[in-house]
Amino acid sequence: MFQLLGIPPQALFGQLLLGLINGSFYALLSLGLAVIFGMLNVVNMAHGALYMVGAFVAWLLLTYLGVGYWGALVLAPLAVGAVGLVLERTMLRRLYKVDHLYGLLLTFGLALIFEGAFRHQYGVSGQPYPIPDLLKGGTNLGFMYLPTYRGWVVATSLLVCFGTWFAIERTKLGAYLRAATENPTLVQAFGINVPVMVSLTYGFGVALAGLAGVLAAPIYQVSPLMGSNLIIVVFAVVVIGGMGSILGAIVTGLGLGLLEGLTKVFYPEASNIVVFVIMAVVLMVKPAGLFGRER
Amino acid sequence: MTMQTQALRRTGVEAGSRRALLIGGGLLLALAAPFLLYPVFLMKVLCFALFACAFNLLIGFAGLLSFGHAAFFGGAAYVTAHVVKEWGWAPEFGLLAATVVAAGLGLVFGLIAIRRQGIYFAMITLALSQMVFFLALQLPFTHGEDGIQGVPRGTLFGLFDLGQPLTMYYTVLAIFVAGFALIWRTVHSPFGQVLKAIRENEPRAVSLGYRTDRYKLVAFVLSASLAGLAGGTKALVFQLASLTDVTWQMSGEVVLMTLLGGMGTLFGPVVGAGLVVTLESYLASTSLPVPVVIGCIFVVCVLVFRRGIVGELLARLPGKGNR
Repeated sequence: MFQLLGIPPQALFGQLLLGLINGSFYALLSLGLAVIFGMLNVVNMAHGALYMVGAFVAWLLLTYLGVGYWGALVLAPLAVGAVGLVLERTMLRRLYKVDHLYGLLLTFGLALIFEGAFRHQYGVSGQPYPIPDLLKGGTNLGFMYLPTYRGWVVATSLLVCFGTWFAIERTKLGAYLRAATENPTLVQAFGINVPVMVSLTYGFGVALAGLAGVLAAPIYQVSPLMGSNLIIVVFAVVVIGGMGSILGAIVTGLGLGLLEGLTKVFYPEASNIVVFVIMAVVLMVKPAGLFGRER
Repeated sequence: MTMQTQALRRTGVEAGSRRALLIGGGLLLALAAPFLLYPVFLMKVLCFALFACAFNLLIGFAGLLSFGHAAFFGGAAYVTAHVVKEWGWAPEFGLLAATVVAAGLGLVFGLIAIRRQGIYFAMITLALSQMVFFLALQLPFTHGEDGIQGVPRGTLFGLFDLGQPLTMYYTVLAIFVAGFALIWRTVHSPFGQVLKAIRENEPRAVSLGYRTDRYKLVAFVLSASLAGLAGGTKALVFQLASLTDVTWQMSGEVVLMTLLGGMGTLFGPVVGAGLVVTLESYLASTSLPVPVVIGCIFVVCVLVFRRGIVGELLARLPGKGNR
């Protein structure tokens, strides 16, 4: 068996795949954060909690209603999006006129409520969620073994990410959205209902988190704490990429996932903190982030 | 002391003497408190009150929301616990070490974080403190999930045996009063005025010729040092340094204490810390999930009660507040 820099290729590619999967989740979550931030100027601290809620909705659907993975893939993001709409309509909306920091604090409180409630109800241990039959098994690619489900996760999240990018950057609706981000008053004056657009944006952003939750359910266990540690890494990803750019969020998410995977191979002790170290370095060199602009 | 301060505040004595009366009364109550309430509970309140006051120096007077103050609080607790237990240092040097390390950490965090403002500042401090959390989880001297247990309280200055609950209590009280006095002095100094100017309008402060980054950095280091002092003290009180104190939930908790009591008021964080610690020890004996209750208070505070308790009281009182 040949070796690459003293590492067996199986281990290297295995970790790279793991990194790519983490990266897919980073990308999906930081994309949602970026979309929400662009429109609402709110850092959604509840994003990780809503990702967890997405996974739990899938699990609850399966356990109590017998709705399988494919149903959950549609229903869970819709449910999370609906929760998001309610939160935006009833709470976040009241904070647009005060300091943006209050939006962060509010969503932090919401995250505590969601996580605390699920933890109270279901404990901290994870609930297993089966891989759907269609996606079981794997393929031997010669240099590594690719489990089908993991390939599906990477492909789906890439598709959703670039679909979102296309919708925002290349369609008429996206143009309205970008215009409303720049100057909401003017867009409102042109007869576009900006408040509804803001609500839908928040709903869509958190629906992405819900979708990520469903995708994650068969890989990681469904547990109330699955979102809380992930979200801080995603924040670091967002700081590195810069909030200004949709494409930046996607590329940075995937890149950092891969980098984390590489660190696990070469220096496992540092794998937890590598993203944060990179964040510090990027801030030193380019404070606005790799793809960001000063605002 | 917290509830009583609030009650005194309401009596509406003349502004100047009111403040003196308030402080004198508060101090008297604090001195008498260990005879009425469980000293360890009071010491916990004082530690968190100092922590919240240190945090408030940043958010309330410089307008910087740090979401990573647990790194200083919990990190310093580890330092005190380690030097006192493993190296046999006296408690005063243990606390000094905690303060110095927290100041150094604050300098590093500050240099990185003040490059961005507002929301980014919060996210960067959060991410950096999470790095400290992982270090605390992995470094051998912190003993991972177990933490550093059985930290000896020792003898302060070779004279006072901190093993005695009352001696420990008055030591903690003295530390709190000293820390609070330092914050009071800072806020009312020309330096504090510049900080407020930066909070209100940074571009204008820059155009007036102030190097705002330096002011912010000094405020950050000062806040981190005092948070570290509070953390080191807590390690001595509970004879324990554990992962709980470095988690981001702890950073959130100190935000809540300050928000609930009143950001930008001097006494607000003290009131908030007292309330949150009381509430948590009460909830611990019920079946209600603590995070949910804390989260609800957060939401209510942000939506309808942004000035906090002391802030609301000050706004309703005639005359000048204690800002």
